[in-house]
Amino acid sequence: MSSLKRRLVLILLAATGVIWLCATGWIYASSRSELEHVLDTRLQEAARMVHSLVAGGNIAAAEAVAQATVPPEAGYERQLSCQIWSLDGRLVAKSGGAPEEALAGPAEGFSERTVNGEPWRVYTILDPDKGVRVMVGDRIGLRDRLVRDLVAGLLAPVIFIVPLLGLLIWISVGRGLAPLHAVAGDIAARDGEDMRPVAPAAAPAEIRPLLEAINGLFAKVEAARRQERDVTAFAAHELRTPLAGLKTQAQIALAAHDAPTREGALRQILVSVDRTTRLVRQLLALAKLEGTPSPPLEASGETEAGALLRDIVRQTAKPGTAHVVVDDALDAVKLKGDREALHLMLRNLHENAVEHTVEHAAGGTIAWRPCAGGLCVEDEGPGIPEDELPLVTRRFYRGRSRSGAGSGLGLTIATMAAARAGARLTLENRCDGAGLRATIVWPRAAA
Amino acid sequence: MRILVVEDDPILMDGLKVGLGLAGATVDDATTCADARAALAAARFDAVVLDVMLPDGSGLDVLASLRAQGDATPVLLLTALDEAPDRVRGLDGGADDYLGKPFDLDELNARVRAIARRGHGRAGPLLKVGALVLDPATLAATLDGQSIALSRREFAVLSTLMERPGVIRSRMEIEERLYGWQEEVESNAVEVHIHNLRAKVGRETIETVRGLGYRVRGPA
Repeated sequence: MSSLKRRLVLILLAATGVIWLCATGWIYASSRSELEHVLDTRLQEAARMVHSLVAGGNIAAAEAVAQATVPPEAGYERQLSCQIWSLDGRLVAKSGGAPEEALAGPAEGFSERTVNGEPWRVYTILDPDKGVRVMVGDRIGLRDRLVRDLVAGLLAPVIFIVPLLGLLIWISVGRGLAPLHAVAGDIAARDGEDMRPVAPAAAPAEIRPLLEAINGLFAKVEAARRQERDVTAFAAHELRTPLAGLKTQAQIALAAHDAPTREGALRQILVSVDRTTRLVRQLLALAKLEGTPSPPLEASGETEAGALLRDIVRQTAKPGTAHVVVDDALDAVKLKGDREALHLMLRNLHENAVEHTVEHAAGGTIAWRPCAGGLCVEDEGPGIPEDELPLVTRRFYRGRSRSGAGSGLGLTIATMAAARAGARLTLENRCDGAGLRATIVWPRAAA
Repeated sequence: MRILVVEDDPILMDGLKVGLGLAGATVDDATTCADARAALAAARFDAVVLDVMLPDGSGLDVLASLRAQGDATPVLLLTALDEAPDRVRGLDGGADDYLGKPFDLDELNARVRAIARRGHGRAGPLLKVGALVLDPATLAATLDGQSIALSRREFAVLSTLMERPGVIRSRMEIEERLYGWQEEVESNAVEVHIHNLRAKVGRETIETVRGLGYRVRGPA
């Protein structure tokens, strides 16, 4: 698990550290060059001073000055050393602590040389008139110590400051992330039922898109659950009425003294069981259609419309119902989409057509035939009032003139199954007479 | 007892008609709110069994308009929506009783008898006039403690007269209690039933008021 807080603290500490290191490096480099410059100037001045004394002929005084140029501070004492050489190579005078060996070559100006294993920086003045060479030198080791001490002095506070800085960053990041914690706490404290949106107004702008996405999800979950509740409530209601009918008829069958009444009640029980079975089957189909995601259209194969329809007609056939015609041209029609969805769609449309035709005009004809881009079915039922056409695909909608057998689910299932098979279902009243025409069309002709 | 049943499921409707009929009631049916309003406007019922979810609206609306017209016909709501808030809404909407689906036929019959009884301003379950006692729950009749056999229609005629002793009931009123709309009414059916009843319970019990109808003499 990655903690945003830990991440932020580490990044901030690393960034601060890098900046500190760069600054230290830069200070080191610039202090060093500045110090070199200052010390070099001091060497030059000391050399000139000694030389001017030598030029005045006062070697003893020069020697005294050379002694005096040694700074008295502890740690850095005997920093400067001075030698006065004659041009013929004799050491005329030297400061105390200065080595016997020449500090530099014969050339004038700055030079560096190692004497007795110790590196020196030396300024040399050549005076041919007086026949002397004045050399003033610095131990480079001492110079380095000076720079080191300077930088160490700069870096020492870091040891205290870095933990302090870390602590401050930790606290600041914690406070900065507090709104996030507040939102997380709000969401975590909810029970499974609470789908109120998280208030994004109070939250910082950075997490607002996240909260809006979460609220969007909440809304979707809530809508899905409400629909589930509605369907469950509807299903419970829809099942209670047939159950009440079954129980009443059963009680009549038990209580009736005469055979015709008893037989009538038993017959009604059979019809009711058939209808209830269909209702349960449709409820299950609906739940399945709603509960499972659509398979990709490309993945599903093709189904021959004629064969599938003849199957359905055989399965749903009941004695003494309507006359069903399946056009032979449908054998050449290949339907795209999930076979189960196609079956559900066609079966529900067929059952619907048969039911209304039988009730309205017994012995009427139900005709399945191909049409542009798909297929259609025409029945000889009463049709649907024009103002109810947009409503009939709603769950449990049965219309004002509903027939008793319908569950109000057939057209809902057919519409959903058609969508799943990538097709569109259109319902219209036939203009050539009474009845309904249901047309299923695939956007890109499947026929 | 004449009852209007408003229910859109054909099998349940059939069951209610037969079931209430077995208990001695005459049943008229309506499958929509519109049919129910028309029926209630056309005839007087002893009780109404009303489904709430109807194809063209809510039974509660039918109930509300009935009560708004000042009609006190007892109403029993029969519905799949039987959560407590639904029951409260129904009863506060003017219903006299409430029964959830599925229900027990005997209980429905008892509840319908109970609201019809109260509709007639009577609390006791038995109809008594003198030595004659009718029990609407069992369709049993006794005279001086002796059981008498009555047909369903005879029982209906006698109970109609005994519900309000001393009050004259016209032949039309009695016919309405005996026959639903779909039933053929023979022109002299009431006279035949009265004649047979007099033979069983005594001539003097049922009095003919010429030109007006019949009445059962109250305990004088």
